[in-house]
Amino acid sequence: MIEIHDLRKSYGGTVALRGVSFSVQAGEVVGLLGPNGAGKTTAMKILVGYLLPSAGRATVAGHDVIAEPLEVQRRLGYLPENAPLYGDMLVQEFLGFMAEMRELPPDLRSRRMAQVVEECGIGGVLTRPIGELSKGFRQRVGLASAILHDPDILILDEPTTGLDPNQIVEVRDLIRRMGQTKTVILSTHILPEVEASCGRAVILIDGLVRADGSLHELTRSRVQVVTAAPPDLARARELLGGIPGVRAVESNPADGGEGAPRPGFHTFRLRLEDDRDVGEQAAEIVRREGWRLRELRRDEKSLEQVFRELTEPAREAAA
Amino acid sequence: MKRIRAVAGRELRAYFNSPIAYIFLLVFVGAAMVTFFNVNAFFSRGRADLRGLFDAVPLLMVLLVPALTMRLWAEEQKQGTMEVLLTLPARPHELVAGKFLASWGLLATGLGLTLVLPVTVAAIGELDWGPVAGGYLGALLLGAAYLAVGQFVSATTENQILAFILALVVCLGLYGLGAEAFAGLFPDRSAAVLRSLGTSSRFGSVARGVIDLRDLVYYVSLTGFFLAASVGALRARRWA
Repeated sequence: MIEIHDLRKSYGGTVALRGVSFSVQAGEVVGLLGPNGAGKTTAMKILVGYLLPSAGRATVAGHDVIAEPLEVQRRLGYLPENAPLYGDMLVQEFLGFMAEMRELPPDLRSRRMAQVVEECGIGGVLTRPIGELSKGFRQRVGLASAILHDPDILILDEPTTGLDPNQIVEVRDLIRRMGQTKTVILSTHILPEVEASCGRAVILIDGLVRADGSLHELTRSRVQVVTAAPPDLARARELLGGIPGVRAVESNPADGGEGAPRPGFHTFRLRLEDDRDVGEQAAEIVRREGWRLRELRRDEKSLEQVFRELTEPAREAAA
Repeated sequence: MKRIRAVAGRELRAYFNSPIAYIFLLVFVGAAMVTFFNVNAFFSRGRADLRGLFDAVPLLMVLLVPALTMRLWAEEQKQGTMEVLLTLPARPHELVAGKFLASWGLLATGLGLTLVLPVTVAAIGELDWGPVAGGYLGALLLGAAYLAVGQFVSATTENQILAFILALVVCLGLYGLGAEAFAGLFPDRSAAVLRSLGTSSRFGSVARGVIDLRDLVYYVSLTGFFLAASVGALRARRWA
């Protein structure tokens, strides 16, 4: 549905994209992740035909964004960062304007307006000036205007920034519902955002794609955590260390939650040689030995950790 | 066509949602009245024509048109809606045309309100409507040229004040180019060129009620040039 090939973009002296390639299949919901200034917004602006790339190409639904921006723009809905809207217009005036600009036939227009108003939950603010709306409602009005023409593709630039936690949940639900029938690319620098809405994450750092895969793959670390209360610590370490694929075992007395160390419980961190899963073998040992078990999980990296690990090789190479 | 109408409609609404439209109309009509009755001493000249009005119109427009055009694109850039507009499946010339028509419509409304002057004059004396119609046509075209200049300037900045000042300077420059005080300083041949490029010298014959096709062509080309430049400025943004 969307193909991006070796996209480059520089503004004056600064380079925003250094050769970005990825593709998105129809029906996928992809999160474009990265620290601020990584090039997410630039990539999206090129996809929607607002900016021209310095080099490289991109196609949306088979249409080249450079040669046929109008064809591309007809097929997608775009919500720019911070949902810029005309503050002096009433919500219904604005939606009417967008419908006219999209040349929706009159009968379809009223039907679609009613639908998006319902979907985005903005029925109560239709006759309010946009300038007086809260950030959450503005975002929803922006989303409503982006899906008015029922596009197959949605491009959302940081759809939840500046919203309070309740509003974030609402907008995420909206996006998830839209993701069931549409192809969506959304950008964010918040991990839970991707967890909540996206099947796949593309990580952009310093204008390059540094990782591309399911979120689970990207954040899975090679550490298996076991918190249990074995009677003999040394023997436990030996048993756990004996699982094939475990490189080393660290253990610490486990804290009991509210600050107090819980007697007898230890947290074992099993460092693994590869991505193989050893949860089952660990569970088997715990069961056989009759230890009390509190936790058994594969450790996950935080997004910050992922970013750091992905950027560090680059910094070393540059140094 | 539909999109041009949609843009024009939105712009007109934006004019009337803010005080700009009312202030413009009030000042334009008020200034037209004042110059007509006082400065040009309509009563002491004792002639039933609208020379006073048409003598004042070029300068009046130089001063007021930038107020109509300053926000056209600068505001879109400032509040970020430029991105919304330019990612709609619309061609830049449709957007430029829509905005131009809205501003022209408002200017025409202002001119229309001054029609009370010829109507009054016609009631007092024998008014020759021919020159009056010519004068209004010329004023509409002169205004169109200034509006096009203003829109182009607005498309190059996100600062409305700057857009106002720049438009004022450019319009004043076009006005002053052919003014006697300036063109008169040059040798005859250069002065003739300057007069042919200046908006005020061109308007002199219009104000006397003489419609010269060359004058009309001049205003229309000036308008076309700056509208095309506005489209160019929008297209150039993609290269940013």
